Amino acid sequence: MSMQGVQNEEKIHLNKEEQARVKARSLKLLGEIVRPVRSRLFMSLALVMTSQALRVSGPFLIAMVIEQGLPAAQAGDFSVLYWTVGGIFATTVFAGITIAFFMRFAAKVNQDIMFGLRKRLFRHTQNLSIEFHETYTSGRVIARQTSDLDSIKELLDSGGSEMISGILFMLFTAIALIALDFTSFLIMLVSFIPLFFLTRWFQKNTRINYRKTRVASAKLIVHFVETMTGIRAVKAFRKEKRNEDTYKELVEDYRFVNARVIQLFGIYDPGLIMIGNLTVSFVLLWGGYRVIQGDLGIGVLIAAILYARSFYDPMENIAMFYNSYQSANSALEKISGVLEEEPSVPDPVDSLPLAPRKGHLNFNTVEFAYSNGKVVLPPFNLDIPAGQTIALVGTTGAGKSTMAKLISRFYDPSSGNVELDGVDLRKLKDDDLRKAIVMVTQEAYLFSGTVAENISLGKPGATREEVEASAKAVGAHEFILSLPDGYDTDVNKRGGRVSAGQRQLISFARAFIADPTVLILDEATSSLDIPSERMVQHGLQTLLAGRTAIIIAHRLSTVSIADRVIVMEHGKMIEDDTPAKLIAGTGKFAKMHKAWRDSLV
Amino acid sequence: MKKLGTVGTLLRIFPYAKSALPRVMLGTLAALLGHLFALAIPRYLQGLINNLAKTETFEALLIAVLTVLGMGLLEATMVLLRRWLVLTPGTHVEAGLRKTLYAKLQDLPVAFHDKWPSGQLLSRVTGDLSMIRRWLSFGLVLLVANLLTIIVGFVVLYSYNAILATIFLVIMSPLWVLGFRFEKEYHVTARMSQDQAGDLATAVEESVHGIRVIKAFGRGSFMTEKFAKDAMNLRGTELKKANMVSKLWFFFSTIPDVALGICLIVGIGQIVNGDLSLGALSAFILTTRVLHWPIDSIGFLLSMTIDARTAVERFFEVIDTKVDIADPETAKEIDKPTGRLVFENVHFRYSDAPLDQPDLLDGINLEIEPGESVALIGITGSGKTSLTALATRLYEVTGGSVKLDGVDIRDLTREDLRSHIAMAFEDSTLFSDTIRNNVLLGRPGSTEAELAQALEIAQAGFAYELPDGLDTKIGEEGLSLSGGQRQRIALARAVAAKPAVLVLDDPLSALDVDTEAMVEDALRTVLKATTALIVAHRPSTVQLADRVALLQDGKITAIGKHSDLLATNDHYRYVISSLDAAGKMIEVND
Repeated sequence: MSMQGVQNEEKIHLNKEEQARVKARSLKLLGEIVRPVRSRLFMSLALVMTSQALRVSGPFLIAMVIEQGLPAAQAGDFSVLYWTVGGIFATTVFAGITIAFFMRFAAKVNQDIMFGLRKRLFRHTQNLSIEFHETYTSGRVIARQTSDLDSIKELLDSGGSEMISGILFMLFTAIALIALDFTSFLIMLVSFIPLFFLTRWFQKNTRINYRKTRVASAKLIVHFVETMTGIRAVKAFRKEKRNEDTYKELVEDYRFVNARVIQLFGIYDPGLIMIGNLTVSFVLLWGGYRVIQGDLGIGVLIAAILYARSFYDPMENIAMFYNSYQSANSALEKISGVLEEEPSVPDPVDSLPLAPRKGHLNFNTVEFAYSNGKVVLPPFNLDIPAGQTIALVGTTGAGKSTMAKLISRFYDPSSGNVELDGVDLRKLKDDDLRKAIVMVTQEAYLFSGTVAENISLGKPGATREEVEASAKAVGAHEFILSLPDGYDTDVNKRGGRVSAGQRQLISFARAFIADPTVLILDEATSSLDIPSERMVQHGLQTLLAGRTAIIIAHRLSTVSIADRVIVMEHGKMIEDDTPAKLIAGTGKFAKMHKAWRDSLV
Repeated sequence: MKKLGTVGTLLRIFPYAKSALPRVMLGTLAALLGHLFALAIPRYLQGLINNLAKTETFEALLIAVLTVLGMGLLEATMVLLRRWLVLTPGTHVEAGLRKTLYAKLQDLPVAFHDKWPSGQLLSRVTGDLSMIRRWLSFGLVLLVANLLTIIVGFVVLYSYNAILATIFLVIMSPLWVLGFRFEKEYHVTARMSQDQAGDLATAVEESVHGIRVIKAFGRGSFMTEKFAKDAMNLRGTELKKANMVSKLWFFFSTIPDVALGICLIVGIGQIVNGDLSLGALSAFILTTRVLHWPIDSIGFLLSMTIDARTAVERFFEVIDTKVDIADPETAKEIDKPTGRLVFENVHFRYSDAPLDQPDLLDGINLEIEPGESVALIGITGSGKTSLTALATRLYEVTGGSVKLDGVDIRDLTREDLRSHIAMAFEDSTLFSDTIRNNVLLGRPGSTEAELAQALEIAQAGFAYELPDGLDTKIGEEGLSLSGGQRQRIALARAVAAKPAVLVLDDPLSALDVDTEAMVEDALRTVLKATTALIVAHRPSTVQLADRVALLQDGKITAIGKHSDLLATNDHYRYVISSLDAAGKMIEVND
């Protein structure tokens, strides 16, 4: 099984090869996100080490107070006492300042990493093609960008610098112990054996279980988002109870795997403490024996025991960091998978400029098939001169929307090419392409923000006059004014009250303001009532002047403004002529048109 | 509502954590004991080493080693015990809260969901709840255990020397003030950060759901920049939080050491005066060192507690919201509904509509007899969809009443009401499930024949040709269907529910003319036996109905047969008549 991109991302038990591949890509990502901040990372490491060194000097200074300050004071000289206590104040305050600065510094590093990763993931999912989004589901994209990022945030918060300084501390302690008493060091070395096996056990189990938590958490989010997005249908069809049962199961699944990883740490952490305490006991036993034999000074034993004990002190922090690392790692596995996905309609490497915009479209033996091989559009040629208005008609599933998606480059053809003014669409920069070609679809999605903001999405930075002008042109001005705050009404908060027809009007205004060379309307008027459609038709007359337009509509009313009608059936174009000629004929369109005329009465 | 403090807010979570409380308390005890064992080991070691030089017997050593080993094992056991006691119940509490929140959200009316971006809800159900769990099983336990350790420590300090202990205590007291001030300031920022995280989740969600629009207009970079701005704001808030915590941490880690320094001077002075023994001073110092970590930790435990408080607050913001479309206390039942649907002087306005605006529905009177179909006509925004939503109580009337078979629908349970009335919405939401389960959503357990019939009526025969036929998974997690296909499945779903009343909101808008005609023919047979309210934009849909009601300025201004209205009513003609006729009208108006 391939682990390329998001394929098999819910697989828990990976074989060696897959494991290596997934590990390589998540480590690579980790490297990439840390690289830009590495100098500041070293800086914060230096800060934390300084403050730790200062804190270690505390006991030393206290010892000085008692050993030198006290005798001097008893002799009537308090200056030594004051100086050493002054030293304690100074180191304390300085240690406090460095640790406070370290915290700010580390927070900056962490937040920069998070910001960079957030933006990168957001941009990348935006770049991925519609095809990816249609199969990957919105809930999972959301899970990747929320709960997965949260577990990386937790890793960062758990303090990488503290872990590194902890490891350094352990290293220094080990060296000191070697210098002091080599055999005690050997005992400590032996303690590494159970430590190693315990850590291996922890690593293996957490890897698998954290992977499970990521999958379970994504499922929770997917279900949650689906419920909340479709809440009307949920209520209308009394799906609440059934949803609750499903969700309960998902919650319990997640709880179970989550409890499992927490328990693993609950064993690992005391296990480490146990190993540490055992080591101290053995050092004490062996050292004490030698003291009794007279082979070892008591002072050395005290020091050796203190070292052996403090060697394990940072272990808890390291274990906690390692635990968060394991959690973040399985999130990185998933995120790096998404980042590995390539847009199936990529931006060109060497783009061609789109000089004077005309809007001439040309299909060169274009074929379109799904990745499973099912042919939707068999090879065809089509030439749409600049400025022509084309109506695409035909039954559902005839391939009209696929045509529209090829022109707007939601998909690329399986073979052949689509050209705009003689330039292959694949050679155009996305920005140029989108400026030239705009598609309005049936689902008129509104983003949170005001009505005006939603319209000006078609032309960021548009003035209020422009926004109003475009709304007026499509007949949306009146109803927008009747909203509580007019153009400044927040559609998100009042999304429930902007009807489907009104949403379509707003998205029409959005297309109007974008002022493209080629306009595609894919069932963009389906929810409009007749007066609104009439307004839109009226607006279209001006909108389409000097523009190439492809209109897909079931209501044949739109056809009246078309220069040319193309009738499609099962992916093939079976009729192609002016509306008048087709209506006068005896073909499919003539029949459809008659049926439609009859339906109007 | 009364503003609660941190303690008051956090206390509210305890009824939900009841089952875990005994174990949390035991866990706190284990943490305390663990601390004490950890404290005891070095002390014992010191004594032992002092004796070792004197006794020099192997048995004494062995006993000593075994004691140290025993205490070490006890310490580890206590840590194991604390984690074992607390962690699993913590996850149960989290799971319980999650289920409660989900159930509540499903119970809350549509109007609530209109107002709340779902990213805010998502961030509550994920981040906030796990925050609460971590606090319960970690923050709370350590906070209590450490505070107790500090108190025990102070008692011990007093046992050594009252003057020194008092000095230590007095110098430490500003920490309380700092802690309280921190609580107030940090709370505001913590809240802001959690809200901003919710905003980000919303932005992510919209960027995914609206991906087609963003792509069609090539606004990917524009949205990314907008998102980056929000992410930048969150970054700023998080940094502000870190700054506050670092300030607090500074005081909590330095003040105890400063206090210790002053105690040293005073203590040495006392020794010089002969009021204190060196042994007592050493013991005093050692104890303060031991108290260092518990005192230090209060800083971050405090910030964690406040994070948990805001999480609890955000949780209760949803839980406290009154479900204003609820089931009646004593519900009536309709045994065999005939489907007589009556709107009596119905008024409706959205709660946020400007005061000077008249009600959206301003006294609707409409009687639909059993088996009759009425088409609802009106211009965009006239309130047609709102009226249909009132029938199933997705929204609630603000005046008047809706009655089904003479019973006010507010006297029925929502479950009952919605099994009598089925809807097809203008946007056909399907769920990630098989075609079969999607169609049978309103009446699970229908026969194969009933399923086939519903699909037939909606002209959704294409479903049989899908890869796995009726067991093909559709919706977000499955095969994506075209708009027309989705609409037909949604229509089949409404039909399959076999309700007494069908409410169809522009049910054929995405269908082509041929399919529409076929669906209409098939629907007629259903509509003969079923009461129906159909929102229509086209004459073809209108002709499905026995009568047509014209909605204008919040009232039903005309009702009758299509042909009659067409002949007599100008506004009706304006709303429904064909484009050709309208074209003529425009010419006339010009």
